[in-house]
Amino acid sequence: MNYRRRKLINAVALAGAVACTLCVLLPLVLIFSNLILKGITSVNLAFFTNLPKPVGETGGGMANAIVGTLTLIGLASAVGLPIGVLAGVYLSEYGHGRLGYSVRFSADVLNGVPSIVIGIFAYTLVVLPMKSFSAYAGGFALGVIMIPIVARTTEEMVRLVPSSLREASLALGVPSWRTTVLIVLRTARGGIITGIMLATARIAGETAPLLFTAFGNQFWHSTLGGPIASLPVQIYTYAISPFDDWHRQAWAGALVLLALILVTSLSVRLLTRGRFHSAL
Amino acid sequence: MSNKLEVRQLNAWFGTTQALHDISLTIPDGAVTAIIGPSGCGKSTFIRCLNRMHEVVPGTRATGEVLLDGNNIYGSGVDPVQIRGKVGMVFQKPNPFPTMSISDNVTAGLRLNGERRTRGELATIVERSLRQAALWEEVKNNLNASGISLSGGQQQRLCIARALAVEPEVLLMDEPCSALDPIATTKIEALIHELKQEYTILIVTHSMQQAARVSDYTAFMYLGRLVEFGPTNKIFTTPENKETEDYITGRFG
Amino acid sequence: MANVGTESVQLNSATSNVSWSPIHRQVNLGDWLFRGLTALFAGCVIALLVGIFAILTWESTDAIRRFGIGFLTSTKWDPVFKEFGALAFIYGTLLSSALALLQAVPLSIGTAVFLSEIAPGWLRAPVSFLVELLATIPSVIYGLWGIFVLVPWMRSYIGPALSSTLGFLPFFQGPNYGVSVLTASIILAIMTVPYITSVTHEVLRAVPPMQREAALALGATKWEMIRLAVLPFGRTGIIGAIMLGLGRAIGETMAVTMVIGNRADISASFFAPGSTMASVIANEFNEATYDLYVQVLVEVGLVLLLVTVVVNILARVLVWSVRTGPTGAARA
Repeated sequence: MNYRRRKLINAVALAGAVACTLCVLLPLVLIFSNLILKGITSVNLAFFTNLPKPVGETGGGMANAIVGTLTLIGLASAVGLPIGVLAGVYLSEYGHGRLGYSVRFSADVLNGVPSIVIGIFAYTLVVLPMKSFSAYAGGFALGVIMIPIVARTTEEMVRLVPSSLREASLALGVPSWRTTVLIVLRTARGGIITGIMLATARIAGETAPLLFTAFGNQFWHSTLGGPIASLPVQIYTYAISPFDDWHRQAWAGALVLLALILVTSLSVRLLTRGRFHSAL
Repeated sequence: MSNKLEVRQLNAWFGTTQALHDISLTIPDGAVTAIIGPSGCGKSTFIRCLNRMHEVVPGTRATGEVLLDGNNIYGSGVDPVQIRGKVGMVFQKPNPFPTMSISDNVTAGLRLNGERRTRGELATIVERSLRQAALWEEVKNNLNASGISLSGGQQQRLCIARALAVEPEVLLMDEPCSALDPIATTKIEALIHELKQEYTILIVTHSMQQAARVSDYTAFMYLGRLVEFGPTNKIFTTPENKETEDYITGRFG
Repeated sequence: MANVGTESVQLNSATSNVSWSPIHRQVNLGDWLFRGLTALFAGCVIALLVGIFAILTWESTDAIRRFGIGFLTSTKWDPVFKEFGALAFIYGTLLSSALALLQAVPLSIGTAVFLSEIAPGWLRAPVSFLVELLATIPSVIYGLWGIFVLVPWMRSYIGPALSSTLGFLPFFQGPNYGVSVLTASIILAIMTVPYITSVTHEVLRAVPPMQREAALALGATKWEMIRLAVLPFGRTGIIGAIMLGLGRAIGETMAVTMVIGNRADISASFFAPGSTMASVIANEFNEATYDLYVQVLVEVGLVLLLVTVVVNILARVLVWSVRTGPTGAARA
């Protein structure tokens, strides 16, 4: 093969890689531009303050779904954070044995379990005994999804804490558990919070596990023991409905949901990145 | 001069690798003892065994006896946490707690142990410890600044102050100047001279000049064994052992 | 041998002189409690995984007994006559995922190669950030975009274009409604690209610089270097990355449910509507009016779980085996 031909193949192949990258970025541009163009016109004050209107009436909003999503995130955190953070601490501090390996493995497998399966799990464990769809069931399902993400990021972040700090504390006669809590976790705090916020951003958009746990609600929820609206489920319901007005609301809801998720993940990532690194 | 620490038949392992072989040694009270020897000879491991820091690393093990004022710190029922309160340690690289201010760093050992002290008591401890560490004048107007805002030499003195605040009886220093410039090193050496009035000090150093400058006694270690121990003068002028002589005259290897 | 002998003599004399006290790993109460507490919560993670398996098996026992292995080989899905077989959904899941990978894998590898070998330094961070952004978009938003943007395009442009060029193949024949297995696979491809790309990128970065330099020193062009030194070295990891993407695609629910058309049929045409295991659960779980119906849906969930777990475990094993700094490395 002569040199010129090799040069040509080289150029074509490299151009191919560039083309692949552009192809990958194209849907991103399309999705964002569609979301903004179709969603922005329906995002107004009423969207954030009003309940959904019945079919046929224009206007209305998703106030209940926004509050519902925040409520579900709160409930999920109550389940997912203690287990996730403490399991992560176990993995980094004591996780070199067989239990540690099993936990790490389980967390990774759990992370790959389809969220709809976790929905069935929560349905059986919470909805059936309570005999009702409920915010608790939805929060539980989302919490289960959070656990492996939080556990693994906590582990990674705690590992980043230099062992010299741990030793400095131990050498002062501080017991090892106090060293872990007061020095190691405190130093890793920024990183752990980043992990938590990223997990939150992930579950905020989950729909499948909520379909038969939190269910959905066109009104304000009266109790956490009953069905509760959420942005993703509301978007889904509206999107597959035949009504133009609901479609517009679905786009608006999608725009708000995505903004919520992006603002959470981006701001926390930027804020804690600087702080965490300077702390080390 | 009485004996502060007595080491008997100390052996230490990393996994299956034996790092210390049958070390027996008596450390005199109120003096500076330097541990010298080529890299990897077990100097650091040795002093980490004296406050039970060696066992902090997973897979490590030690046998033998270390008597602190006649009590075996490896005896059954002895809590390593309490030993470390009596035998303080300063590390190779300065390691102030990055999330804490200067004064919080000094009182870290007390606060982390949950000891309740009034603000006034803490302030007294901060000033006393920083003065002992010859850092007070440089930071007294800046006590709330972050511990890591200081220069390397200042950070190391802060770590010394932090160790002193716990009121230990023995101070272990693991190559405390290896990460510092010559001026900072001079300051730390002067400080060691001051501190030996009140504390028994062991210093690991790779610099023979430093050992000669700061110590009263010197131990030479090689391949995990104690080769020779005696007054610094004697070790550096008339060593009994051939290996010691080779090492201090630079003919080693 | 003589040496060993003298040593043991020395040891014996030593033991007779000094009372040896082996170190107690003295653990104080606080340490013990804290370790126990974290171990308990860590154990919860294992318990959850086991619990999910147990619950799904338990809740589908009747269905498993009633239909046996035939459940996996029958295409009949008739809730009215209580006849259930999951083959159509298994087929739909596998077909949509396979088609998705067919699109996603070349794009992802190309992008990863761009990121690790071609892009100038200043471009790497922003591009990989944008690719990762694709992973933060919730599934339901992909579905919404699919329904209102992609499906009409499929109906009016992409579908007709495919049938006019590749229409001689059975895959591209038949009516084109817009909603189809093919449409679902396009959405799935977009959704799996960020996962495959970022893991592949990581794998390529782990290729030792020596490999690259060795190829370049032989006079290879950049592409020859990539093809001869970089890609082969990262092959195991790249396969792992693809398996990870496959795991995502198989379990993906909302976006697929919204564009696949939801018909429990097997058709040769990619233009035909279909159904996946995840989408049938999402669609029918709330409408399951009698116990057996719920049971078979849970059984579909169990099959889905088993498939994704196997795929994910394979992926982990492959990716873990190449990563330079394994996450399980000891500290100290």
